[in-house]
Amino acid sequence: MTKVNTYRSGPDDTGHFGIYGGQFVAETLMPLILELNDAYEAAKKDPEFDAELKSLLKHYVGRESPLYFAERLTEHFGGAKIYLKREDLNHTGAHKINNCMGQILLARSMGKKRIIAETGAGQHGVATATVAARFGLPCTIYMGETDIERQKPNVFRMKLMGAEVIPVVSGSRTLKDAMNEALRDWVTNVEDTFYIIGTVAGPHPYPTLVRDFQNVIGEEVRRQITEAEGRLPDTLLACIGGGSNAMGLFHPFLDDEGIDLIGVEAAGHGLDTDKHAASLKGGRPGVLHGNRTYLLQDDDGQIIEAHSISAGLDYPGIGPEHAWLNDMGRVSYVSATDTEALDAFQLCCELEGIIPALESSHALAYLKTLAPDLPKDHIIVVNLSGRGDKDIFTVADALGVVI
Amino acid sequence: METRIDRRFAALKSEGRAAFISFVMAGDPDHDTALKIIQGLPAAGADIIEIGMPFTDPMADGPAIQQAGLRALASGTTLRSTLELIRTFREGNDETPIVLMGYFNPVYSYGVDKFLKDAKEAGVDGLIIVDLPAEEDDELCLPAQAAGINFIRLATPTTDEKRLPAVLNNSSGFLYYVSIAGTTGAAAPKQSDVAMALRRIKAATDLPVAVGFGIRTGKQAADIAEIAEGAVVGTALVERIASANSNEEAVHSVLELASELSAGVQSVSK
Repeated sequence: MTKVNTYRSGPDDTGHFGIYGGQFVAETLMPLILELNDAYEAAKKDPEFDAELKSLLKHYVGRESPLYFAERLTEHFGGAKIYLKREDLNHTGAHKINNCMGQILLARSMGKKRIIAETGAGQHGVATATVAARFGLPCTIYMGETDIERQKPNVFRMKLMGAEVIPVVSGSRTLKDAMNEALRDWVTNVEDTFYIIGTVAGPHPYPTLVRDFQNVIGEEVRRQITEAEGRLPDTLLACIGGGSNAMGLFHPFLDDEGIDLIGVEAAGHGLDTDKHAASLKGGRPGVLHGNRTYLLQDDDGQIIEAHSISAGLDYPGIGPEHAWLNDMGRVSYVSATDTEALDAFQLCCELEGIIPALESSHALAYLKTLAPDLPKDHIIVVNLSGRGDKDIFTVADALGVVI
Repeated sequence: METRIDRRFAALKSEGRAAFISFVMAGDPDHDTALKIIQGLPAAGADIIEIGMPFTDPMADGPAIQQAGLRALASGTTLRSTLELIRTFREGNDETPIVLMGYFNPVYSYGVDKFLKDAKEAGVDGLIIVDLPAEEDDELCLPAQAAGINFIRLATPTTDEKRLPAVLNNSSGFLYYVSIAGTTGAAAPKQSDVAMALRRIKAATDLPVAVGFGIRTGKQAADIAEIAEGAVVGTALVERIASANSNEEAVHSVLELASELSAGVQSVSK
């Protein structure tokens, strides 16, 4: 394994993290993607952009989000001290809005008149519809028909904020297909449309700019844990679909060598079945949706449909920087099954009075493996990336309860 | 290096006419029927044959070609069987250029070096890979040229003056002008818009330029033949397969439309 001086310098000039990343898109989109890159580079140097984003994150999103000492979960496991980063308390109920707020400001600076996005669980769709409403731009959200069925509350929320929600009926009718359809819309309406990608994936510069907009999570944790404990944490834990909440938490800590970073993929019915969404553990490198990364695919390079009880993790790929961090060994990637996530979901409700998103429940699920055997002065920070109100129908169904 | 594509365009130039370029998907609706269609295309007037490599996530294609890809995958089509299809075609035809068109992942999964070797041996002359822009030339474009296979690039209405040199650099065989920003099967753009774009492109390259997207009839194909070196038709042909009641009808119906389209192209002398 190669040793590097810093894990935070990527991507290179061509948008690659090692062999991952890149710009694998149709020629129609290339001029716009290059323009986006220029606009983003300019925004990074613009103090007014930064000031406006910070102000909106504070007064509109409600940042900073609390870092909460989960006393009863800590007692329950009897080992490490567990903190929860409360991204569930953001406006719209998840970390997704951090990125949407950054991208809508970019869209405005580029003079774009229309917003599109894909969504799985609906959290990114809701966050996109929210910022589109706030900035008065028409918004179209692509969502797989399967996901529309299991995330009805979020569909209605998007519509309330004026977004058009288009059901995607191709392929597995989930997140991957919603992304295909959003890309088709973008190719067709490239002149006036800004595509707000929801995770650290897609063609360069998306993985980078989404990461940068999510880094606020980890930067706050550094400050908050230092205030609370007088030192940095020992372990950071986050769930991974595309990987934006995990990247936002991990990236500011990548060069702190003593800190263990653990990403939890969705193992669905189990990694030994064909129904999971663990692209790192069950996939291999390939090219999809504008980047090279680990993908669930068959021997012929055809993409395999992912499965997870959590719509937000139900994607056959992962952000390219995670693929690189996996190969470099800097981040450990593990997995949790549907059942383990459901158990953790209930445990968090019962012990902490917090209903976590099913996505975040995958990170919580790993606590039972990790926390009990660690010393009491070991500090774990779990990213509670979203709230679970949207999941109550799915959970009720899984528990055999009619509501 | 001269490929069948180069020879075909040179011959057409001396004949004073444009190329009719047909697209069908490998393995659609099944291997044997697709083979019969492809074997029949030269006699129906196809000057160049594009063969789609099916992919589960064809993000630049409209519904008709998405469905064609799904039919092909359902019939068991793989990249290996696609190359086999071309090998069989080549047993009876050594003249008509074959261009493989699709997305990168199946090729990457097959292995670039092995793919180029096997494709060359099977009789492939050119590649169009939708998701490999100039920024990714190291992946397949440069190795393909080195292996003697043309890498055909797409130019689009968004390809402005600044972008055009990047598109033309390392392009070979011909340039495929996608006449409208959109997915395959989109409506045809105004002829005058296409003509204006072509004037700009032709000022920058000596490569033959073929135009695709939105061509469905012999008349439309003739209009394109007036202003370009080639007219590409895919969706309209593929829809004939979707609407056929039997495999025999699919073969007959595709070849019938191909004849009409090629007659349109051939009606224009340049």
